[in-house]
Amino acid sequence: MIAETQNRNLWRIYALEAKYEILKQLRLPAYLVPTLAFPLVFYVMFGVALNHGAKGPFDFPTYLLATYGAFGVMNVALFGFGAGVAIERGQGWMLFKRASPMPPFAYFAAKLATVFILSLVMVGSLFLVGATAGGVRLAPGTWVSLAGVLVAGSVVFAAFGLAVGSWAGPNSAIAVLNLISLPSAFGSGLWIPIQMLPGVVKKIALFLPPYHYSQLALRTLGLDRGEPVAGHLAFLAVFAAICLGLAWIGFRRDEGRTFG
Amino acid sequence: MTRNTPFEEDRPVAQLRRAVKRYGAVTALAGIDFAVRPGEVVALLGPNGAGKTTAVQLLLGLVRPSEGEARLFGADPRSPEARTRSGAMLQISKVPETLKVREHIHLVSSYYPRPLPMSEVIAAAGLGGIEERLFGKLSGGQKQRVLFALALCGDPDLLFLDEPTVGLDVEARRSFWTVIGEKARQGRSVLLTTHYLEEADALADRIVMIGRGRVIAEGTPAEIKARVVGRKVRCHTALPLAEVAALPGVRGARRDGELTELFAAEAERAVFELLSRDPSLSALEVRGADLEEAFLTLTQDHESEEAAA
Repeated sequence: MIAETQNRNLWRIYALEAKYEILKQLRLPAYLVPTLAFPLVFYVMFGVALNHGAKGPFDFPTYLLATYGAFGVMNVALFGFGAGVAIERGQGWMLFKRASPMPPFAYFAAKLATVFILSLVMVGSLFLVGATAGGVRLAPGTWVSLAGVLVAGSVVFAAFGLAVGSWAGPNSAIAVLNLISLPSAFGSGLWIPIQMLPGVVKKIALFLPPYHYSQLALRTLGLDRGEPVAGHLAFLAVFAAICLGLAWIGFRRDEGRTFG
Repeated sequence: MTRNTPFEEDRPVAQLRRAVKRYGAVTALAGIDFAVRPGEVVALLGPNGAGKTTAVQLLLGLVRPSEGEARLFGADPRSPEARTRSGAMLQISKVPETLKVREHIHLVSSYYPRPLPMSEVIAAAGLGGIEERLFGKLSGGQKQRVLFALALCGDPDLLFLDEPTVGLDVEARRSFWTVIGEKARQGRSVLLTTHYLEEADALADRIVMIGRGRVIAEGTPAEIKARVVGRKVRCHTALPLAEVAALPGVRGARRDGELTELFAAEAERAVFELLSRDPSLSALEVRGADLEEAFLTLTQDHESEEAAA
């Protein structure tokens, strides 16, 4: 019996789970188009169109490449992970998965893999627009390290999405995520550079995860505010750990609720 | 079955022992014992809220018992050994809608060491011709059949079917019964929950009736039907309730406003007794008791037996 269980190819399960998770999301244009298109549209509007002729203290197309990249990845992670978990949890699909012999981590690993891939697509298309319409010129190594920081950061927001998904209902999850993501993106300087925001917002930003994330991305371009990297990393690590803890409590709480 | 050694032959494939489950102040299961033996089709029959789904969730390791024990193939229901030998059809409102029928089956099959060939699953669940359709585009009956296919595709020794035909029309329900019946004849164990006596009767070798979180009766479908199927008699009578309840063949009686209501195995006998004792009796009405009402009387019987014991 034990040998039989080991007959299963775990790698194959993980691979198939990820494949179908990606397929599932790609066939949902209502979700995919806004999460991928909004950052691109914003970038074109604020980073490219409004920039012509007005050279301020920043190189806007380059600066906003990092912050809209951060905004885009954050949304992919929050909605791809958080909304998906909330919906599948609320509608009973997660219950079926838990009752099945699926290795429990396969479910989350597949969602995380999907977040990585869609983040890469997001960052890749933003870079394309930046390099062409935005006229951004960077050293090859800089493109790579910016992309690396942006995609790696998705882990933090996937953890946050998971926490929201483990508590919010299937119908309210998207609204809750929007209520959190939009103001915090603005307050962290993802839409308008942090230096141009009022003093109060600058102080609040220090407590917002997207701020620390975007500063790490900007650092690869030498456009950050010069705060220590270790501080940003520590903030994001603690934040992610708290989110995972909340998610764990949320899933435990589910066990005590379903009855009939 | 070939994969069972003789030693395992009579060991229950699923078992609840004195299982209690409380959700805060609500007691969903108040100490319940039953087992499913190899090759047996057992129906858990009971009205909504009786605790059927909770019993299934305990056996699937989805919730932990507050007291007592749940065993699946003699092991912890959460262990991969137990899970790779069982398949479940749960009451789920929605399955991801943007995957095709074939893709759903392909993925769930991969969880099992020896899944059935795809073509066999498609045929057994009656999904021929719609394999390439997205789940979201299917009708209610087709969706239920996909859920059944997902329970079946790993070729499990034990199938859990939680209210498999809820929301289906009569025709779809009957064709579903045929499919489940075939699987049972192939020697698989099945634990089915339902609130239709007809369904339990059509499918099960043994019926375990539960109400308010307890087992209130257990037996073959014929035995259960003999206890459950009865008639409801309503009338206006001057006889005291205790006397009515003690009449031969009467299982239970209660006051409903001005009227007296009683449940009887044979209505004719009860009516004869009533009329001979109270000639002034009026507003007489006799009709079939539905399952819900039959449960009520059986539950009362059960409780008074317990109080007496």
